[in-house]
Amino acid sequence: MLTQIEGSKAVAEAVGLCRPEVVCAYPISPQTHIIEAVGAMVKAGRLGSCQFINVESEFAAMSVSIGASAMGARAYTATASQGLLFMAEAVYNAAGLGLPIVMTVANRAIGAPINIWNDHSDAMSVRDSGWIQLFAETNQEAADLHILAFRLAEELSVPVMVCVDGFVLTHAVERVDLPEQDQVDRFLPPFEPRQVLDPDEPVTIGAMVGPEAFTEVRYLAHALQLQALARIPSLATEFAAAFGRRSGGLVRPYRMEDAETVVLALGSVLGTVKDAVDSLREAGHRLGVLGVTTFRPFPAAAIADALSSARRVVVIEKAFSIGGHGILGADVALALGRSGRDGPRVHDVVAGLGGRPITEASLRRMLAEASEGRLPDFTFLDLDRGLVERELRRMDATRRSGPSAENLLRDLGVASTRIG
Amino acid sequence: MGHEPVKFYQVGSFAVGNRLLDRDERTVQSDSGRSNSLTSGHRACQGCGEALGARYALDAAMRAAAGRLVAANATGCLEVFSTPYPETSWQIPWLHSLFGNAPAVATGMAAALKAKGRTDVRVVAQAGDGGTVDIGFGALSGMFERNDDVLFICYDNEAYMNTGVQRSGATPPAARTATTEAIGDEPGNVFGQGKNVPMLAVAHEIPYVATASVAELHDLERKVERAMGLRGARYIHILVPCPLGWQAASCDTVRLARLAAETGLFPLFEAEHGRVVDVRPIRKRVPVEDYLRPQGRYKHLFGEHGRPDLVAAIQEIADGNIERFGLLAEAVEAGAR
Amino acid sequence: MMHKPFAITLEVGSSLTNHTGSWRVERPVYVDRLPPCNDGCPAGENIQGWLYHAEEGDYEAAWRLLVKDNPLPAVCGRVCYHPCETACNRAELDEAVGIHAVERFLGDRALEAGYRTEPVLPPSGRRVLVVGSGPSGLSAAYHLARLGHEVTIHEAAHEAGGMMRYGIPKYRLPRDVLDAEIGRIVSLGVRIELGRRVTDVARARQEGGFDAVFIALGAQLSRRAYLPAADSARILDAVSFLRSAEGADPPSLGRRVVVYGGGNTAMDSARTAKRLGASDAVIVYRRTRDRMPAHESELEEALAEGITMSWLSTIERVEDGSVVIEKMTLDDTGFPQPTGEYETLGADTVVLALGQETDLSAVERLADVSVRDGGLEVGEDMMTGHPGIFAGGDMVPAERTVTVAIGHGKRAARSIDAYLRGERSTRPGRHELARYDRLNTWYYADAPKTVQPELETVRRASTFDEVVGGLDADNALFEARRCLSCGNCFECDNCFGVCPDNAVVKLGQGKRYAFDYDYCKGCGICVAECPCGAIVMEPEMI
Repeated sequence: MLTQIEGSKAVAEAVGLCRPEVVCAYPISPQTHIIEAVGAMVKAGRLGSCQFINVESEFAAMSVSIGASAMGARAYTATASQGLLFMAEAVYNAAGLGLPIVMTVANRAIGAPINIWNDHSDAMSVRDSGWIQLFAETNQEAADLHILAFRLAEELSVPVMVCVDGFVLTHAVERVDLPEQDQVDRFLPPFEPRQVLDPDEPVTIGAMVGPEAFTEVRYLAHALQLQALARIPSLATEFAAAFGRRSGGLVRPYRMEDAETVVLALGSVLGTVKDAVDSLREAGHRLGVLGVTTFRPFPAAAIADALSSARRVVVIEKAFSIGGHGILGADVALALGRSGRDGPRVHDVVAGLGGRPITEASLRRMLAEASEGRLPDFTFLDLDRGLVERELRRMDATRRSGPSAENLLRDLGVASTRIG
Repeated sequence: MGHEPVKFYQVGSFAVGNRLLDRDERTVQSDSGRSNSLTSGHRACQGCGEALGARYALDAAMRAAAGRLVAANATGCLEVFSTPYPETSWQIPWLHSLFGNAPAVATGMAAALKAKGRTDVRVVAQAGDGGTVDIGFGALSGMFERNDDVLFICYDNEAYMNTGVQRSGATPPAARTATTEAIGDEPGNVFGQGKNVPMLAVAHEIPYVATASVAELHDLERKVERAMGLRGARYIHILVPCPLGWQAASCDTVRLARLAAETGLFPLFEAEHGRVVDVRPIRKRVPVEDYLRPQGRYKHLFGEHGRPDLVAAIQEIADGNIERFGLLAEAVEAGAR
Repeated sequence: MMHKPFAITLEVGSSLTNHTGSWRVERPVYVDRLPPCNDGCPAGENIQGWLYHAEEGDYEAAWRLLVKDNPLPAVCGRVCYHPCETACNRAELDEAVGIHAVERFLGDRALEAGYRTEPVLPPSGRRVLVVGSGPSGLSAAYHLARLGHEVTIHEAAHEAGGMMRYGIPKYRLPRDVLDAEIGRIVSLGVRIELGRRVTDVARARQEGGFDAVFIALGAQLSRRAYLPAADSARILDAVSFLRSAEGADPPSLGRRVVVYGGGNTAMDSARTAKRLGASDAVIVYRRTRDRMPAHESELEEALAEGITMSWLSTIERVEDGSVVIEKMTLDDTGFPQPTGEYETLGADTVVLALGQETDLSAVERLADVSVRDGGLEVGEDMMTGHPGIFAGGDMVPAERTVTVAIGHGKRAARSIDAYLRGERSTRPGRHELARYDRLNTWYYADAPKTVQPELETVRRASTFDEVVGGLDADNALFEARRCLSCGNCFECDNCFGVCPDNAVVKLGQGKRYAFDYDYCKGCGICVAECPCGAIVMEPEMI
């Protein structure tokens, strides 16, 4: 059913169609509309006996989900930003226990400084937790990925995080084709847990594992993710057959034919990137786009294959490792490096932090630089260089460390007069 | 004295069993068919009060739930000594997630059961004092406030024993721990307000709150049974002496738990919906010194360089409890019940 | 079957493969200790054992265990001065268990229900003569009959019972009770020949063709003291006085009676005098209350009945209608010394209760017996110097009580049985005493002793009705359940419950427990929490 709907509501509707049994919610922008909508559905009785629990923190939200999932219930929660960090311990725990919880992350920056707007710092902070991480490009995909997520999570007994750009998607009204309940029911069978707390067959879940087996436990978790890597494309095919459109999968190429420069990105920015690429192509640049839908498990082989004939890759990412490098970029470089071929050069462009708009104009300018070979390996889109350089100079001048004589002079005002 | 009805038994209602009682009046622990929810082979220290308390409480809960019980367990001694791969000592469905989230995990379990329409299976959550009064308190308070259908049991041994006896919010004043050494002008733990989680639980006005001790099995089992007979959030706080952390003889575990109650330092009471409804009177009142002396963690209070002023301050706490809860009333009558 | 993820999810109960018993440096071991009541019982009763049955309300089982040692529980329950209760550890907790009251209840109940005892061994064909049908004679006869021997009692009096009949007043021991218990011994096959005085034991043995003899003549002679007395003064000895009080024609005493002496017989005499119509009964005793040999309970009852006491007094002389007494004072050694102060007490009759002696003429002709302190000397096995001749009761040097006599009878019976088989009896080894400090008394409910109902003092002072009533079934149960079971497991399940390692196995009712040393870590909580002190820690052998 086609409908004009806010992204959050579309996600909520999709979650509702998956017949969750326990939903936990702790409010945090920009996730609030999602859980409000699910809560309303539960209150209205649309989700049968589904339990909607207003918890006291994100830590509890994930913990309640853990308990519910271990008890054999289909469990869902949603969060963002600080909330994801606050539940981080439980995020790791859910994965370690192999509980197929589905969680929406309405991606948002992490403070300080506090910032409610979109970037990917939150999702990236838990990328090593053992969760499958899927990134939605559109509201349609945001909705669809949740249906896929439950299916995938429960098949493999691994939790799945669906990353939906905060505000950009969650608060944007778009046309979305919401599936019918029977379509979803056919695609998503009832939850049959791999392990469950059951008085008829008691087990101990969550043992303490020492050095003698911990590596093996971790390897098995890794192997499960590799299985997911194989399973995700076939599930996308199944999904397409069931719902009549493509959603999910590992990576999504766009105009990659004869592309010398490939732009690689996660999430909603891909729309703008595609627009920019379209217009640059018209100007004669040989550009393509590779959208990454599945970030964890990391589809290294699929990416290396897709980029095999490119000369350069521009990775646009809404997070980075401070003091290090781009996160997605590093993964891509590693994938290419390990492919054994003379791969393309990888440029990391950090963009859209804390909700800064990634404009088509900026992208075009940056991509033009890239085509001309003038783009540095690691750069920040639309960085106000004047401001930061001024600030760096000031910091340098006022830093309270260093030779004491200099600091003394500064304290006496001799040095301060030089600072503008 | 005229006719006196037969109400005393050889060991009254204080020993674990009593061949003179009707079978259904005997304790769960006296039954060779008890669940042994926590069975042999666990790696708790000799004389572990927590291992004892956990079996007491869960076996009673198992009987009350007709064997349909699931448990969430916080990180801590109880979890570590019972479930080192590849062996577990639990015989009930049991889940360990994290240190601070047992109440929330249990909420999830209860929610799942409710969603599935299963009323037969009951949920218990358990943690030590650290997992209850400190790191898990937020989750506990949330579980209380929502009145989730969970019985939460705190096994209070008054410090972080699993990590090597560091102070917790439940560590009593003057007690030596690894982070409150018995040195300086104020040796041991501070004399603060203490964090009285049972009373905090009462303040949540949940259906049931009780304190219990491994020295009072009948009382403990009755409280568990009472708690299991109710729905909603319920809380039982059990004092479980720790020979290691209290620096006491392993054979003294039950004795110390008994003295804690008999001094008034650990009042045994029950509350329903925000009101204290019953107390377990002291049978034979003893000065706090009798309780403190056998414990190495209070060693610095006695002897040549002892601190009688601090002992007196602890006695004041006990006296305050006795007055506040009315722990001396009708001791004999209630004791014979 | 669930697919359990490797290492994270485990099979329940799998820790049973981890045998934590290897941690142990000490191991708990169950022991049995001798309860102080059993230790203190002159009749050798297994008091704790029969209380155990009584606690369950199985009075017949209790009684049957009781009469394995003592054939006269209804008597003893009334007249025994219950050293068991003096020894009882419960006295340190609140009050001693009223063992005698439960014993009496059991004895009475058995009489009501008509319980009988049977010989435990088939007839041996051996014959034993018992001389005297007092408590030790009856006890010996009973035990010998149970052991299959043919027993004949020769009794000089016209009724059996000895001092139980002729020394203990009716208000303490109703005669129907005595008769019934004697009757039960007779029905076991014991022959009692009344009015048959034995003057020569050796001859009686030979004439009757007895294989062995137990002599239990008692101490029937009152010790006399020389008292200057007016011719008309009426002076009786206590033994004769009590004996005549038992008969159809009790003596007339007058209004004022003075009893001289401080033992139980003095109490009995004064109380009997009161019942025979004396308005004043005064006991004159030369020392103080705390040094008086009479039992406190007897004194209390006497005082309650209006008997008055003249402490620190000796009778100087007896005059017509009065006695002159001299006041005494105790010296540093506690010995009474005269003061030279005199008083006069009105006295129509003086009863001398200054102790009793045995008439040993029946053994005079036995060359190899010896006499000590006026009694016949016997060995540990109650045998005199003469082979096959045993003696017990008041006639041998020992405390002179019914219960001691019953114990003598039992011990003698066992020795005679051994003697008849050509063996020597050996006393079984005794366990270490169960001391109070070994108990964990916290577990015992506070339960003061049930006070037996007493006849209103006004009524009893004038009648021979029994003074002290019995317990009813509820009270007896209550009282029995006050037993602490010192030193012996009574299956309270404490060890089974308090073990943090589930290392105690319950073997089923009556079979107690066993330790599972595979898991026992040796913490010792079971030892500390055993109410009755029946577990000890022993070093682990390497």
